[in-house]
Amino acid sequence: MTLIAGIDIGSRSIEAVVLDGDTVVFSKKMPTTFDPLQQCRELFKEINAPHVVATGYGRNLLAESGLHPDVQTVTEIQAYALGARAVHPEARTILDIGGQDTKAISLLANGKTAKFEMNDRCAAGTGKFLEFMATALQIPIEEFGDFALQATHCPTINSMCTVFAETEAVSLMARGESPANIALGLHQSIVNRTKSMLTRVGITPSLVFAGGVARNPCVVKNLEKELGIQIVIPDNPDMVGARGAAQWGRKHFNA
Amino acid sequence: MGKYDAMWEKLNIDLPAHEGLMEVLGKFYGDIYLSQQGRLQGMEYLDLVLSEIHGLRVKELQEAKQLQGRKVIGTFCVFVPEELTIAANAIQIGLCSGADAGKEQVEKLIPRNTCALIKSFMGFKLARLCPFTESCDLIVGETTCDGKKKAYETFGKIAPMYVMEVPQRKSEQDRALWKAEILRYKETLEKLTGNTITAQSLKKAIVIVNNKRKAIQRLNKLRVADPVPISGRDALLINQVGFYDDPERFTNQVNLLCDQLEEKIARGEGVAPQGTPRLLMSGCPMAVPNWKLPYVTESSGAVIVGEESCVGTRNIRDLVDESGQTLDEMIDALTDRYLKIDCACFTPNSERVDNILNLAKETRADGVLQYTLLFCQPYAQENFRVEKSLQDAEIPSMVIETDYGMEDVEQLKTRIEAFVEMVK
Repeated sequence: MTLIAGIDIGSRSIEAVVLDGDTVVFSKKMPTTFDPLQQCRELFKEINAPHVVATGYGRNLLAESGLHPDVQTVTEIQAYALGARAVHPEARTILDIGGQDTKAISLLANGKTAKFEMNDRCAAGTGKFLEFMATALQIPIEEFGDFALQATHCPTINSMCTVFAETEAVSLMARGESPANIALGLHQSIVNRTKSMLTRVGITPSLVFAGGVARNPCVVKNLEKELGIQIVIPDNPDMVGARGAAQWGRKHFNA
Repeated sequence: MGKYDAMWEKLNIDLPAHEGLMEVLGKFYGDIYLSQQGRLQGMEYLDLVLSEIHGLRVKELQEAKQLQGRKVIGTFCVFVPEELTIAANAIQIGLCSGADAGKEQVEKLIPRNTCALIKSFMGFKLARLCPFTESCDLIVGETTCDGKKKAYETFGKIAPMYVMEVPQRKSEQDRALWKAEILRYKETLEKLTGNTITAQSLKKAIVIVNNKRKAIQRLNKLRVADPVPISGRDALLINQVGFYDDPERFTNQVNLLCDQLEEKIARGEGVAPQGTPRLLMSGCPMAVPNWKLPYVTESSGAVIVGEESCVGTRNIRDLVDESGQTLDEMIDALTDRYLKIDCACFTPNSERVDNILNLAKETRADGVLQYTLLFCQPYAQENFRVEKSLQDAEIPSMVIETDYGMEDVEQLKTRIEAFVEMVK
C-alpha cells in the first residue's frame, strides 16, 4: 500500500494524518505559528509519504511551496465530509467549528455533499470568538467550557459580532452578573448561531461535530439540548480534516 | 507629463490620485486578464479599450463635445433608453463604480452601510477620479432602489443630476407612468442638445442599439459550446465595455470576435478542457473593475458561461420592436421593451426566476452563483426564492455576498472551490 499524508493547515493549528490503506499510521497536531511552511518542513522530517493532500487555508501555500513533490489540494468542505464518513460512516450532517470559520455540511446517503454553509469574513461563532472571550474573562481556553458549565443562569448575549459581544459581556459584568454566567451566555450565543447554520443545510442524523470547538463540553451539551439529538464527537475531532484529505488521496491515487 | 494629463487636468481630475488608481487597475488587469492562456486576437481590442479606459475614449468624448457640440449623458442603470440619447445625437456612457474610491469623503455624505456600487460612484466624483463623470453634461439616475434614490438627492448637489422614476409594478398604470417618464426624458434630451428627436432619427438609433444587443446575444449563444470558447471574465469585460464604447464600433468588434469564436469552436478549442464545471453568475451588476468573483471562480476549476445581471443578459435579452413607423409607435415599443427588464426592484418579479431557470438550461450550467453586493436589499431578498426555485429544478446554487474589498478572497476561494467540487 502507498502511504498517503493528509495535512490540514488551519488558522490556528496544523494537523497531519498518514494512512496506510485504511489504517492511520501517524497523526500529529502542531500550532500553525506565523510560519506554517517551516512547520510543514518539520513535519516532513517525520513523514515520508509519496503523496500529500493538503486542505485548510494553507493548502495552496503548501502546494506551491515545492516542499514536497506531490501535493494535491482539496477544500475543507470536502475534507471534512470525507473525514467524517471515514470515522463515522453513518454521518449525514457535519459541523466543524475551527479557529477561523464554521462550516455546516449536509451529505446525501451516498456521501456526496448536498449543501454547505460557511461563515463569511466575520469571526462570529468561530473558535476565535471563544478564544477572544476566554481571554477577556481571563480563563484558559481549554477550561472555558467547564467554567461556563458552572453557571447558575444564562444571560442573553444578543450580539454575534465578536467586538460587540465583548461590549455586552462588559455591561453584564457591570450589572453584577457572575463571570461563569456570562461565559454561559457567550457559549449559548455560539450554539444559537451554529443551530441556525445547521438548520439551513438541514439536520439529518448522524450529526458529526468536528474541529477544535467539539472539545468544548458546554458547546456540545447545549447544542444537543437545542437540537434534541445526540451528537457524535470523533475521538480526535481536530484530526477529521487531515483524515479526510488523506482519504481523498486514497480515492484519487487508487491506493 | 503623461499624454492625457492636460486633458485630465482640464476635467479637474486629481492627477496623483488618478495615477495611483490607474496603476492598481493596470496591475489588476494584467493579473486577471492578460495572464489568461490562449486568448483570442479579438480581445486585443478590449485590452486596448481597457488600457486606455480613461484616455482614448475620454478624448473622443471631449472631441465630440468640442468639435461637434455633442452632449454626453452618464448613466448607472440599464433603464436609461440609449435609443433616445443616440436619436438626440448625444453620447451615452456608463459611469465608474466598480472599485472602492473616495470612501472617506463618501461616508460623510451617505451611510457607511450602503452598497459598494452607490458609495463608489459618489466616491469617484468626490475624489475627482473619473473623467467620464467629469465629462457628463447630464447624469441620469433612476429609482431602482432606496439607496440609489436617496443618494441621487445628495449627488444632485455636486453633479448635473436627472432622475427617471422607474415604476415598481408592471400594471397598466405603471406602464403609463413609465411611458410618461420616457417622454419626459425625450424632452429633457431635446432641450439639452437642441436637437429634435424625429421618427427617422429614433428608428436609426433603435437599430443601432438592437444590433449591439444582437452581437452580445450571438456571443452568449457561442458560450454554450463545450469546451467553452471564451472565459467568463472576457465575456464580462465585453459586457462592461459595451457601456462606454461607441456602440457601432463595439458591435463590429464583438461580431469580429464571434467570427473567431466560431472558428475556435469548429476546431474544438476552448479556454478550459471539455467537461469543466460550468457556472452561471446571477444577481447584482459588476462594473469595471469589479472582476473579483469571476476571477476567483475561474481560478477554482470552473468556467462562467453566463451573466444573469444588468452587466449581462438583463441588458441585452430583449430587443426593441423595429416595426414602428411613427414616433409614438416607437415610444410605445421602447416603453414595452424597457418594462420587460426583470430588475429586483419590481414587485412581484417572477419573470426573473423564470429567466434564470431558462438561462441555466440554455447555457447548460452545472450550478448558479448568486452574486449580491452587501447591503443590496432587492437582490438579497430575491436570493431566497431564486435558491428555492433552483433547488426545485435540481440546479445547485450558492449565495455570495461581498463588496469590492479584497479581504475575503481566501474565504471566497474556499467556498467556491467547494461548490465546484460539489457540482462536478
